[in-house]
Amino acid sequence: MYAFDFVKPKTLAEAVKALGAEDAQALGGGQTLIPTLKQRLAQPAVLVSLSGIAELKGVKAAGGSLTIGGGTSHATVAKEAKAYPALAALAANIGDPAVRSLGTIGGSIANNDPSADYPAAVLASGATVVTNTREIAADDFFQGMFTTALEPGEIITAVRFPVPEKANYQKFEQPASRFALVGVFVAKYAAGVRVAVTGASTEGVFRWTEAEKALSANFAASAVAGLAVPGGEMIADIHGSAAYRAHLIKVLTGRAVAAAG
Amino acid sequence: MPKVTMRVNGREVSGEVEGRTLLVQFLREGLGLTGTHVGCDTSQCGACTVHVNGLQVKSCTTFALDVDGAEVTTIEGMANADGSLSVIQQAFQDHHGLQCGFCTPGMVMAAAALLKENPKPTEAQIRHHLEGNICRCTGYHNIVKAVLAASGQDVSAIAAE
Repeated sequence: MYAFDFVKPKTLAEAVKALGAEDAQALGGGQTLIPTLKQRLAQPAVLVSLSGIAELKGVKAAGGSLTIGGGTSHATVAKEAKAYPALAALAANIGDPAVRSLGTIGGSIANNDPSADYPAAVLASGATVVTNTREIAADDFFQGMFTTALEPGEIITAVRFPVPEKANYQKFEQPASRFALVGVFVAKYAAGVRVAVTGASTEGVFRWTEAEKALSANFAASAVAGLAVPGGEMIADIHGSAAYRAHLIKVLTGRAVAAAG
Repeated sequence: MPKVTMRVNGREVSGEVEGRTLLVQFLREGLGLTGTHVGCDTSQCGACTVHVNGLQVKSCTTFALDVDGAEVTTIEGMANADGSLSVIQQAFQDHHGLQCGFCTPGMVMAAAALLKENPKPTEAQIRHHLEGNICRCTGYHNIVKAVLAASGQDVSAIAAE
């Protein structure tokens, strides 16, 4: 790692100020950023830890929505997101227990790894990403692999999920990394069904709109059986070809619908 | 250089560190607590697992300054007060839950975190919990058996494979 100054503010206001410094970088749980720094793929002058800011932590359910502080760990979401069981189950299966102790929802979606789990839940739920300056709809937030709508220095303070009638996340896990080779999150709302796919596309998380239409008309695994696999450029690597990933999307969507009941 | 203070295995300690100093470097090089191992240094293997405020973390993927003021437990803090092995450590010995022993500190810390949350885990739950800890001797069978035994459950039905 290159050397940097480390600061750990106690309030959001102090963190925003610290991130105004040149080449300052926010640190969530560090479970992706620290390995990145070790590889010298990033060279911040100042690292601003968000882990000491109490106002960024916590899970609150109210009025049909669940609000999770940006600095809330995966382990806490797994335990406390009882109002949204599919989301709690997703959090309980991210990485391994040590990663879940420190990794945060804000850190995960700000990084927008194309194989991360949380982006699928946020996009399929049509959640709202709340920052220190504004609110961003999930459909506008994710802008391609490792790219989001966040401005430099902007901090995710919370993610607000409308709780669906039914939902399920199916993850086909890459067993060594425990990232999703492909993951599909299906959420059924009164207004319709949303389907978000992670791990598959070179564009990062995306919605499979054909499946959404079919499932909004008939919420059954059989409704997606006749669909063509989604188009677009799929990731191809030693773990799976593009065609294999495209096939998995369809299989996992069917499984998610069946498991959602 | 910035100063960091924490309680490690019940003892108040402090030292000067850089911003980039990892918790495992502070433990091993600053405090001489070399029981916590660095296996991969890429957060894959779990040999560096310690507890921070009761939570299982990888000390190679945590900055020392980020745990300023925390309560840290390492493998050196796991034995009983009289120096005898804790229940989990004894179970690893009794069931041959180690071969070369390199991963063992991390395995014991991970097992302790599991049993605190879930005192009677199933074999499947133990295997799921140990996903972040790699044993390159591939001695998982007896590790799982040791954790099951440490939880007070019968392991006679588990064949020695």
